[in-house]
Amino acid sequence: MRAVITVVGKDTVGILAKVTGICAESNANVMDVTQTIMQDLFAMTMLIDISALKTDFGYFSDTLKSLGNDMNLQIHVMHEDIFNSMHKI
Amino acid sequence: MINSNDILETIKMIQDENLDIRTITMGISLLDCIDSDIDASCRKIYDKITKAAENHVKVGVELEKRYGIPIINKRISVTPISIAAAAVPRSQCEPVKFAMVLDKAAEETGVNYIGGYSALVHKGFSAGDLELIKSIPSALSSTERVCSSVNIGSTHAGINMDAVGLMGKIILEAAEKTADDSCFGAAKIVVFCNAVEDNPFMAGAFHGQGEPDVVINVGVSGPGVVRAAVAKMQGMRIDEVAEQIKRTAFKITRMGQLVGSEAARSLGVPFGIVDLSLAPTPAVGDSVAHILEEIGLEKCGAYGTTAALALLNDAVKKGGVMASSHVGGLSGAFIPVSEDAGMIDAVRTGALSLEKLEAMTAVCSVGLDMVVVPGDTPSEIISAIIADEAAIGMVNNKTTAVRIIPAIGMKEGQTLDFGGLFGSGPVMSVNKFSPSAFINRGGRIPAPLQSLRN
Repeated sequence: MRAVITVVGKDTVGILAKVTGICAESNANVMDVTQTIMQDLFAMTMLIDISALKTDFGYFSDTLKSLGNDMNLQIHVMHEDIFNSMHKI
Repeated sequence: MINSNDILETIKMIQDENLDIRTITMGISLLDCIDSDIDASCRKIYDKITKAAENHVKVGVELEKRYGIPIINKRISVTPISIAAAAVPRSQCEPVKFAMVLDKAAEETGVNYIGGYSALVHKGFSAGDLELIKSIPSALSSTERVCSSVNIGSTHAGINMDAVGLMGKIILEAAEKTADDSCFGAAKIVVFCNAVEDNPFMAGAFHGQGEPDVVINVGVSGPGVVRAAVAKMQGMRIDEVAEQIKRTAFKITRMGQLVGSEAARSLGVPFGIVDLSLAPTPAVGDSVAHILEEIGLEKCGAYGTTAALALLNDAVKKGGVMASSHVGGLSGAFIPVSEDAGMIDAVRTGALSLEKLEAMTAVCSVGLDMVVVPGDTPSEIISAIIADEAAIGMVNNKTTAVRIIPAIGMKEGQTLDFGGLFGSGPVMSVNKFSPSAFINRGGRIPAPLQSLRN
C-alpha cells in the first residue's frame, strides 16, 4: 500500500527533514521524492510505502497536517489509489 | 511515480474548487421487518437499520482520511414505508410511529437524514398509501431526520391526478406545521414522476423493491471543478467546451467509483451505483448556474440557458458513464434554487423565473428543486405546478420531481433562510390564474404514446 504526501507553501529550512522524520517515526518508507521551487513557493510530492505503518493512517495524516499548520505549509496525505483512479484509464 | 501535475490538480480540485463526495447512502430493505402488529414492525425496523448501518458513518470517516476527500453526508434510504404500513390493520395504522422509529434509528447510527417515508401511487392508492401520505406533515414536523417522497406518475402509468391534488395540500400543511422552522417540513418532501429505486440523494431517496437487501450508493459533486475547467476555455468553440466537461466529469466520477466501492467492501455489502451528479451548494464557487454563466450567459435564466444546460448535462453523463462500472440514481445536473449561489442571484436580479426553471428541468436532472413560493399560494396552484413537472417527466421518459416550499407569511421578493447546505431561497413569483377546476377533476392522465414522438 502506498500513499502520496504533498507539501505546498513558502520555502523554509528543514521541510524535507521534518516530513521524512515523521515518516521514519511511523515506519513509512520513502520511495520517491520530487520537489520544485517556483520563486519562493515550495512544492513537494513524496511517494511512501505505508504497508508497515506503525500507527493508524488517520493519526499519521493528522500528525503531518499539524506539522503543516506549525510551519505554515499545506500538507496532504492521500492514498495513491485516488490519483490512479482519477488520472489513469 | 504518479505525475506531480496530476497530484497537484487533484489537490486543487478538493481544496479550491469544492470537489467532494456529496453522499454515501446505504440502502436497506425493510421487507423482512413487515408485521401486522405495528409495534413489532417498528422494533424489527429499528434493529435491522441499527445493525446494518452500525459502521456506516465510521467507514465514511475512515475513507475521508484515507483519500483526503471530504464526504459531506452519510445517509440511509429504506423500503417505502407505505409497504410496511399496508400490513397493519387499518384501525391500528398510525404511520407516524414508523417515522419516529426511523428518526431514532438515524440518530443512533449517526446519519443526518433517512429517506423512505414514501409511497408509490402512480396508478392508484393501495392499502397503507393514503394513511401514509396524509400523515406526512405530522411525521415531518415531529421528526428531525426523516425525508419523504411520493411517486405520482410514470411514463408507463400516466399521472395520478388524485394524488397530485392531495400532494398540493400535503406540502402546504407540512409548511404550515413547520412555519416556525423556516417551513422546513416542505423541504423534506419530494413529489416524483418516474422515481428511481437507487437514488442516493435526499430528500427523495428510497430503497426500491428490486434492490439487494443492503447496498451502498454514492452521489458525487463538483460544479466548482467543472466551472474552473470551463473558465480556461474563453473563446473556444462549444464542442471543445463539451469535450472539456466530459474529461472533468470522468475524473470526478472515478473518485466516486473508488470511494463507493471501497465503502461497500469495508462494510461487506454490494456496491450499487454512482449517481453522476453535479450537486451545487450555497458555497461560493460551487454553483451550477455559474457553470452556465461561464459557458457564455450573462446570467442564468437568459435565453440560451436551456441549451447550455442540455449540453452540460449530456457531457457530464458521457464523461461519467465511462468512469463507473454502474451508473444510476438521478444522474445529471441538479438545479436547486436555494442551494446554488448563482441561482439565488439569478432569481434576485429577475433573470430567472419559475417558467424558465421549468423549461430547464426538461433537459436536466431532476426537477423544480428547493423552489420557494409565497405562503398564500393556493394548494391547487402547487398541485398544478406538480402536474406540469410530472408531465415533462412522463412524456420525456425521465425522472422529474418537485420540492417546493410555500413560505408561510412571506411574499414575493422576501427570502426564506434554511441555513447550512440548504441555503436560502428568494420567494419567487407565481402565476396566479387558477387551475382549480382542472386539479379538482381528479382521475388519471393516460400514459403517453411511445411512438409517433414529435
